[in-house]
Amino acid sequence: MSENKSRTGTTRRSFLQGAAAVGVGAVSASAAKAQAADPLITEVQPWAQGFGDGVDETPYGLPIQYEGDVIRRNVEWLTADTVSSINFTPIHALDGTITPQGCAFERHHSGAIELKKEDYRLMVNGLVDTPLVFSYADLERFPRENHVYFCECAANSGMEWAGAQLNGAQFTHGMIHNMEYTGVPLRTLLEEAGFDTSGDVSGKWVYVEGADASSNGRSIPMEKALDDVLVAFKANGEALRKEHGYPVRLVVPGWEGNMWVKWIRRIEVLDSPVESREETSKYTDTLEDGTSRKWTWAMDAKSVVTSPSPQSPITHGKGPLVITGLAWSGRGAITRVDVSRDGGKSWETARLGKPGEKMALTRFYLDVDWDGSEMMLQSRAIDDTGYIQPTKTQLREVRGLNSIYHNNSIQTWLVRSNGEAENVEVS
Amino acid sequence: GSALAEKYGLGRPALPAEIAAWDQDILPDGTGLPDGSGDAIVGEEIFATQCAACHGDFAEGIGNWPKLAGGADTLDREDPLKTVGSYWPHLSTAFDYIRRSMPYGNAGTLSDEDTYAILAYILYSNDLIEDDFVLSKDTFFDVEMPNANGFIIDDRAETEYSRWSSGDPCMKDCKEDVKVTMRAMVLDVTPKEEGASEE
Repeated sequence: MSENKSRTGTTRRSFLQGAAAVGVGAVSASAAKAQAADPLITEVQPWAQGFGDGVDETPYGLPIQYEGDVIRRNVEWLTADTVSSINFTPIHALDGTITPQGCAFERHHSGAIELKKEDYRLMVNGLVDTPLVFSYADLERFPRENHVYFCECAANSGMEWAGAQLNGAQFTHGMIHNMEYTGVPLRTLLEEAGFDTSGDVSGKWVYVEGADASSNGRSIPMEKALDDVLVAFKANGEALRKEHGYPVRLVVPGWEGNMWVKWIRRIEVLDSPVESREETSKYTDTLEDGTSRKWTWAMDAKSVVTSPSPQSPITHGKGPLVITGLAWSGRGAITRVDVSRDGGKSWETARLGKPGEKMALTRFYLDVDWDGSEMMLQSRAIDDTGYIQPTKTQLREVRGLNSIYHNNSIQTWLVRSNGEAENVEVS
Repeated sequence: GSALAEKYGLGRPALPAEIAAWDQDILPDGTGLPDGSGDAIVGEEIFATQCAACHGDFAEGIGNWPKLAGGADTLDREDPLKTVGSYWPHLSTAFDYIRRSMPYGNAGTLSDEDTYAILAYILYSNDLIEDDFVLSKDTFFDVEMPNANGFIIDDRAETEYSRWSSGDPCMKDCKEDVKVTMRAMVLDVTPKEEGASEE
């Protein structure tokens, strides 16, 4: 990763220096309004004269060096070490909905393991007619499906429960990625092992665990297992990245990321949940009275403005401004996103980049004419169940401050007249 | 669904030894618990060599590493301390997790006897058993987990969804006044970005 370290990123500080150089709020260097002829046009540039790279230069490419700030970032103080830890997708710099795998967030409990296809085994056991072992090659011979889904860590925005803490959409909302998966329905594998689908599935569970030391075992009710869970081996067209579960992971649409077991090695059918560490000690949500919710699987409707945002300030002065962000719901498709520029006093309905898809990221845009005045930017998602994304105050009224997980509240960015943005809470 | 779902004839039967090697989970009712036993006196020695470097001599945790003991009656406080003693509902989970995934960085190396002894020491550190209590599958349920009844099944459908799914949201004049009440920049805990020069 020394390559990443050598890539220099833009910083808030360097942005401010740059903004000062052109005069904040003034007309920025724009070719259309230039006084003198632009030498980038009038003088022959090296790239218009000589050669670029040959086709043998980059068998598998990385982004151009000028995009060096579009990288995963770690927050050291969040966890005891980097092996059972989290990093963050640079959502402030992305557009559309598909997350490039190379900067899609990671969450491991005992590190990203290296497991080659030849060494891969998947066991299906428990309440099945014939416990089976599959090789990787076996999995590729079952009929496949393709689906786009978001994977959001249950703890996404968790640091923000008590107040505004981290200054950037990447840090407050970046424990998420959205990919097109190719895989085999879990149902197919259960049926291959002889799970009796004509029997009563209610009360039945599957317990899934990974090949890594942490195992990350989780219990999933059979209704969900038979509905839309995928055993996936491709993401965004290619094999899963090592850090995302190569060669095989579970995809659990709409449900908290912890259940998307990576390097999945075993699927067990049981008539009760295991109540493993990751569904008792962790991924349970403590309420104000000290009781805790368990099995809070679905990720509720949520949204965030990704630009402008603290890491993506306005650098062009007044005039046309694209306000954009992401919305998603684990309970269905996004039907509408509203944006407020005055901290929730008034709202305008944004435009969706394309119609919302079930349990997938949806891009929204609000194209405005910015007069240079301060804004308190918010977004509010609505899904096809009619659920309206709540404020943090509303969530706290029900849950208190100690839930850790499932913070889907409305985010506010204070955008100053110089274009700089800040993570705030408002009354 | 059909009981005669199409089969593809892929995979091969799992052998008993293979299932035994990988299917190690232990259920809240004790299903899966192995033979063997251990007490806190033996457990303290193993804990000192295998666990204490991160979790502390008394399971109290060092630095940012998890605290395994303490925190009784803190769950409704401002900053609850969630440990095996104060929070975990089932003892089965602790046995399962320790034997499968600990010690961190050297998982799966503890014997069943070691696991019983370490777990006994953690329970003793939480004042849940006496130091001469011998933990085994026969005595497993003599240990009362204080927060066993502290969990409810996800009730968002009842407590939240109807509140926030009621018709059209407010679009105009939704509040009289808006004030900034908290600022992340005051805390200043966000990492400086790559390439930023420290001043």
